[in-house]
Amino acid sequence: MKSVAKIFKEHTMQIVLVLVVIFFVITTNGSIWTPANFNALIAQNAYVYVLATGMMMCMLIKGNIDLSVGAVVCFVDAIGAQLMVNKGVSFPVAMLAMLAVGLLIGAFLGYLIAYVNVPPWIATLAGFLAFRGWGTAVLNGNTIGIGNAEYAGFTNLFNGFIPDVFGVEGFNATSIVIGIIACIILFITQLRDRSTKISKGYEADSMVSVLVRCSVVSAVIIIFTYMLAKNKGIPFVLVWVTVIVLIYNFITSKTTLGRYFYVTGGNMEATRLSGIDTRKVLFFAYLNMQFLTVIASWITMARLTAANPTAGTNYELDAISGCIVGGVSAYGGSGKVFGMIVGATLIGVINLGMSIMGIDANWQKIVKGLVLLAAVVFEILNNKDKNKA
Amino acid sequence: MAKVLLEMKNITKTFPGVKALDNVNLQVEEGEIHALVGENGAGKSTLMNVLSGIYPYGTYEGDIIYNGEICQFNKIKDSEEKGIVIIHQELALIPYLTIGENMFLGNERGKSAASIDWNETYGEADKYLKMVGLEESSRTLVKELGTGKQQLVEIAKALAKHAKLLILDEPTSSLNEQDSKALLDLIIRFKSEGMTSIIISHKLNEVSYVADKITVIRDGSTIETLDKATTEISEDRIIKGMVGREITDRFPKRHDVKIGDINLEVDNWTVYHPLYPERKVVDDVSLKVRKGEVVGIYGLMGAGRTELAMSIFGKSYGTGISGTLKLNGQVTELKTIKEAIKHKIAYVTEDRKGNGLVLTNPIKINTTLANLEEVSSKGIIDQDKEYQVAVEYKDKLRTKTPSVEQNVGNLSGGNQQKVLLAKWMFANPDILILDEPTRGIDVGAKYEIYCIINDLVAEGKSVIMISSELPEVLGMSDRIYVMNGGKFVGELEAEGATQETIMSYIVKTGRGE
Repeated sequence: MKSVAKIFKEHTMQIVLVLVVIFFVITTNGSIWTPANFNALIAQNAYVYVLATGMMMCMLIKGNIDLSVGAVVCFVDAIGAQLMVNKGVSFPVAMLAMLAVGLLIGAFLGYLIAYVNVPPWIATLAGFLAFRGWGTAVLNGNTIGIGNAEYAGFTNLFNGFIPDVFGVEGFNATSIVIGIIACIILFITQLRDRSTKISKGYEADSMVSVLVRCSVVSAVIIIFTYMLAKNKGIPFVLVWVTVIVLIYNFITSKTTLGRYFYVTGGNMEATRLSGIDTRKVLFFAYLNMQFLTVIASWITMARLTAANPTAGTNYELDAISGCIVGGVSAYGGSGKVFGMIVGATLIGVINLGMSIMGIDANWQKIVKGLVLLAAVVFEILNNKDKNKA
Repeated sequence: MAKVLLEMKNITKTFPGVKALDNVNLQVEEGEIHALVGENGAGKSTLMNVLSGIYPYGTYEGDIIYNGEICQFNKIKDSEEKGIVIIHQELALIPYLTIGENMFLGNERGKSAASIDWNETYGEADKYLKMVGLEESSRTLVKELGTGKQQLVEIAKALAKHAKLLILDEPTSSLNEQDSKALLDLIIRFKSEGMTSIIISHKLNEVSYVADKITVIRDGSTIETLDKATTEISEDRIIKGMVGREITDRFPKRHDVKIGDINLEVDNWTVYHPLYPERKVVDDVSLKVRKGEVVGIYGLMGAGRTELAMSIFGKSYGTGISGTLKLNGQVTELKTIKEAIKHKIAYVTEDRKGNGLVLTNPIKINTTLANLEEVSSKGIIDQDKEYQVAVEYKDKLRTKTPSVEQNVGNLSGGNQQKVLLAKWMFANPDILILDEPTRGIDVGAKYEIYCIINDLVAEGKSVIMISSELPEVLGMSDRIYVMNGGKFVGELEAEGATQETIMSYIVKTGRGE
């Protein structure tokens, strides 16, 4: 059995997240704990999860970051809105055009970084400046709204909800059914994983700890889907985020491609001399980042029902913060998708909680800065302990 | 009897879970050269860190008596004030500063920290450079110097701190034989001028050449102190103390290995420097290797050995590579590392930490890195299979580790080298190029590496072993190429070859720069 101290150490961020939620429930007299706020937490942070996933892939390689993503969101949205509103292009075509532009940007930045050896933060800083300007220029400095019914096909892709098939008044039962199915799948896969490990004679967690872990995660899923059911159901944007997270979790933990990211971050020269094309890995990281940026820009445009010159401001910093708080190493080589999810959620909860408490926006920034710093200091101290032992 | 300058009494130092030093005693007399030997992890460096104050007073038990008084050092500055100066294995010079700036770093000359007196700095620096026999101006940038000269700058820097007791941790580990000899002679000269030195070294021939007394440390305890004045010190005698048993043969015998057909043949191979394309690094080299054969390439550092090996290994080094490469008689061009691996060539680097291993990752990930396809299908890694492979190679090479989930960075040098070998053996090559396969690892681990080499050739594989240790080249090779200044200057059968014949090839051709 693992000691309590060890469990605490391995799940610090999760425990901090729970404590922070409890803190806000108390300080807001429970007004944070409403169906609408659960929905808001997802709607407000969907882009963070998507961007932080891509940012994590960049950071795995020597802590590289991409500063351009916020500006690219603005630029790609500007192009999409112009096409849809002023050129009368249908929304699927406009989305494809946005995707093509994003991939071009990614290929260009990736080429500069991987093959011309431009330091990543400089190449993407140039992108940060240029695409914000270019995006504003495409919009002529104005906001282009897509709130009309004729664009609903696009906005619904992200802002809509999974419809209810049971027809209970004021309660989206489909949502809770999906939640229950997810929990059952979780239990089955975890228990099966454990039994195959045991049958092959590998080290496996005890039955109790597997059951406890599954129960805790299931409880979170049930609470979430229950609260969302009391709202309007599961928003489509949550489906997008879940699919992306599951895909990237699979890539990073189970595939050779994911392995290349970790080993390139751990020792680029050793990886190169093992016959792996490290430049290609670096190129792919930035191409992939812009791919996810395009998805984030769809989400953003749908949520704002507009493209405007300030869209995406500070998105790159939100993504980086989410990664860092979620335990992705600022030096590269380590980090997990689910860790990043917890980190981004923690920041999201702090934002939401402080807003509900009515804390001044400037103070909110101070708090967020301190949280980021604390997370990094914690990581460093934690690693130091590990090395000593 | 001379005065005892330093006495370390019953030093015990514990880290969480490990007793690194256990009642260690060390006595150094004024004006002697005292060698500290022991296998990797025996505690030599820990002991010197206690002495120099890196582990401050109070974190260890026991007493340090220096010059008759008990010392309580809290930081390096404290010990340096008393004249105890340590020169670490990894050189600590800043490449883009001048020699003079480096020499007085943290010890600047001038009225105050805000006004450095550059004339005094460079004047003083030149004075100390002369003492160590360096002709360079102290205004030269450190990056312009070779490692041998950088090591001399480190010593000059120590002299500038008015060192009375000089501690050298593996001073010759990255030097070639000539530079090493010069360095050791310099220490002997200092001795005649009254300097006391402690030298930590793996190279036993150097230790027996330079030391007056030798203290052997094993598993955190002092085993014995050998005095040259009273006992005959041979390398075998020292090894016996280090490993606690007599090693009758430092090189295991190969039995009944059949040497077959030519496996790899390289002709007229020329390589230019990647950054200075006019500089020839490898010059018209031709070599061949047969199945089941160990071919040694002996050369000093900078002879172009690594560059030759890496240029053969999928052109991973150099530009303007010309010449032909034949595998099993077929002319083949290996344009990338991936192609080289596919054609069953492996290059095991000399720099296992820098170029070989991902230290922050576990053994199992390192083991499969060069052949990840073997444990995956359609891009998805079979983690069961990966684990089994890692365990298989761990057992086969007798890597000492609690589990293959252990990060490679936590292993000792010898075990890291085994993981590196495992990685390349798993890539299933026919030709292995081993670049300094036993650098910086202890005697016992060296023997095991030699056994692995023998097993490889017994399976019909070919091994090219690059080494700058003559006994190793002679003890392990079937055939030896001698390399100097980018050229092969000699080829000889190992049988009947001696250290003198090999060196004579190098002396004949001079040191090509």
